[in-house]
Amino acid sequence: MTLYIRGMLKLDDLSARVGEGDEAKTILNGLSLEVPAGEVHAIMGPNGAGKSTLSYVLTGREGYEASAGSAMLEGEDLLAMEPEERAAKGVFLSFQYPVEIPGVPVMTFVRAAMNAQRKARGEDEISAPDFIKKAREVGAKLKIDADMLKRPVNVGFSGGEKKRLEIFQMMMIEPRFAILDETDSGLDIDALKTVADGVNALRSPDRAMLVITHYQRLLDHIRPDKVHVLAKGRIIKTGGPELAEQLESEGYDGILGEVL
Amino acid sequence: MADDVKVKEGIDAGTVAAAKALQSENYSAGFKTDIETEYAPKGLNEDVIAFISDKKGEPQWMLDWRLKAFERWKTMKEPGWAKVQYEQIDYQDLYYYAAPKRGAKYESIDDVPKEILDTYEKLGIPLREAEVLLGVEGSAETAAEARGGANSSRVAVDAVFDSVSVATTFRKELEKAGVIFMSISEALREHPELVKKYLGTVVPQSDNFFATLNSAVFSDGTFVYVPEGVRCPMELSTYFRMNAENTGQFERTLIIADKGSYVSYLEGCTAPMRDENQLHAAVVELVALDDAEIKYSTVQNWWPGDENGKGGIYNFVTKRGDCRGARSKISWTQVETGSAVTWKYPSCILRGDDSTGEFYSIAVTNGRQMADTGTKMIHLGKRTRSRIISKGISAGRSDNTYRGLVQVHKKADKARNFTQCDSLLIGGDCGAHTVPYVENRRADAQLEHEATTTKLSEDQLFYARQRGLGEEEAVALLVNGFVRDVMQHLPMEFAVEAQKLLEVSLEGSVG
Repeated sequence: MTLYIRGMLKLDDLSARVGEGDEAKTILNGLSLEVPAGEVHAIMGPNGAGKSTLSYVLTGREGYEASAGSAMLEGEDLLAMEPEERAAKGVFLSFQYPVEIPGVPVMTFVRAAMNAQRKARGEDEISAPDFIKKAREVGAKLKIDADMLKRPVNVGFSGGEKKRLEIFQMMMIEPRFAILDETDSGLDIDALKTVADGVNALRSPDRAMLVITHYQRLLDHIRPDKVHVLAKGRIIKTGGPELAEQLESEGYDGILGEVL
Repeated sequence: MADDVKVKEGIDAGTVAAAKALQSENYSAGFKTDIETEYAPKGLNEDVIAFISDKKGEPQWMLDWRLKAFERWKTMKEPGWAKVQYEQIDYQDLYYYAAPKRGAKYESIDDVPKEILDTYEKLGIPLREAEVLLGVEGSAETAAEARGGANSSRVAVDAVFDSVSVATTFRKELEKAGVIFMSISEALREHPELVKKYLGTVVPQSDNFFATLNSAVFSDGTFVYVPEGVRCPMELSTYFRMNAENTGQFERTLIIADKGSYVSYLEGCTAPMRDENQLHAAVVELVALDDAEIKYSTVQNWWPGDENGKGGIYNFVTKRGDCRGARSKISWTQVETGSAVTWKYPSCILRGDDSTGEFYSIAVTNGRQMADTGTKMIHLGKRTRSRIISKGISAGRSDNTYRGLVQVHKKADKARNFTQCDSLLIGGDCGAHTVPYVENRRADAQLEHEATTTKLSEDQLFYARQRGLGEEEAVALLVNGFVRDVMQHLPMEFAVEAQKLLEVSLEGSVG
């Protein structure tokens, strides 16, 4: 096992059950993973492997509580925090299915979010001119026009627009640790490239990212430092970018058969 | 958000400027409606009504009018059709005329319950103003002095805080424009012919149980007359009138917009108003003549009672506007968050050809509150149009009902109505009900109705919290989004306060 000096996210033997009573199912089963600062890791896996559950456990969604193990972000216990506290610590999730919020314009929403985080960290709020300036710059990079930013969050947006808006929020918020859950689904090639450019622009030595995906195609544009294969609730294999290519050509069955 | 502000800026700037101008004047002048110290004995009979009328120095015809209403009222039964429950009211156990200073008064701010002060703080109302609103002895004077350098965004309200005296300075400004804005008691003395001509012509004495009771015993209220062709130079507000605080029980408001005139009237305030009078049965009559427009906005935040609904206000109000003239327009906007029981249907009679009626409503119920509210749009004239946007928010164990009537009469060629009723449920123990009635006698009428009921979704909450918003903040943001298209119709100063009010009203409603 590699020893990381700057392990930003550290998951140790993490387990989670989803559902209640007899319906409860173990989805994560002793998952261990470490993402150092400055790196981008990909998590790949077949449907039902627990990819989305992992993103919800890490962000604190109700009904997705860890049953065992730990999840530390820069040495702090993530699992003990409310979702908004995790956000303020720098955890960001790009949702697989972004949610519509009728009547709340994008600009209002993002600014409220940024200021809530800043307030929680004891920082000053972002001024209106600074915010608007930044939103314009980020919007331009993602080919998001001003009209879209005035519309209510995700209402009437196409699948691709919703995903671009997730990345827009990420670039505005500039999180320390971002999880991208199936960000490539619903994107055409051009949009995929735009989104990947945005993600790549955020790569930095003090930021880490976890890219969750079913397919390799996003990883052609966002080159991961490590690729982990998630199956049956834990990481069954870890490798470099070439592992994604292997998965693409051999399919999950090949790898699963090899390991299990 | 920034764009919304721009749209409203014209109005807002005007109001602020008007208020600033007033502020420079010294408003120590002691206008006071005759503050009585006596009150009528408990119960209701002809003598009590005569006593009220006498105290007000009313003309004989007014007394006769009241007595006629009383005769009628004695034959009427309290309505039971609304989806509200409350303890039987003993009408002989109430005071119908009381000294204005009676009731919820505190000798010092230390006597005020902490929860109430907390609420004021959350609403951003300075302590001195809270003192005035809560009726702490001697506070009005100090507050007025303290407000000398009020910050600009609240100036329209703050500058007039000692409203008793400010009403006079306001009146000077308004007199220049020919606008009459005074208590209805004064109007009965100074402009009896106008009052006589219009009083009871929109809400007849016999209209309903509570309106008829009001007609017999109304203690005071507001009178507004805007002459032909005049655009009222400022927003008029009861909030500006200190004495309005104590006339709440049986308030009577009469607003007349003469041909081609415009007036915007604001009623109520966002501060939680305590009142010892449990029953509130107000009547509001609006008359818009040819090409006139009246915009009437309400924020109602009466005491909802404790967690069991005990002690809250029963708010049984009859509000109606008569678009009497051609091309006239009446627009109701209301934000209702208070009272234990609300029973209220601000309505428009679209009599004039091409007249327009609008109703924009946000009704929030929490705890054990019950609200049965909506509107009636009565299309009588040709090409009359009406628009109804209602947003009901239910939380806690409350019940929230929209009840509306759209009626198109035989002569109302090409009448049009658009109705949208949206209900938002927060939690699993509350109720939302939509009861829309449509009565149409015209084949060419265009009537549209849309209704939605949604639960504040966990998906939305989680999404907002993942972005860093706390739970309460997230709820407030989602709710504000839900009510946005109504909020936009409120005057700017009101909208900002109303938004905060929603947050406070829904505190503790999740989790």
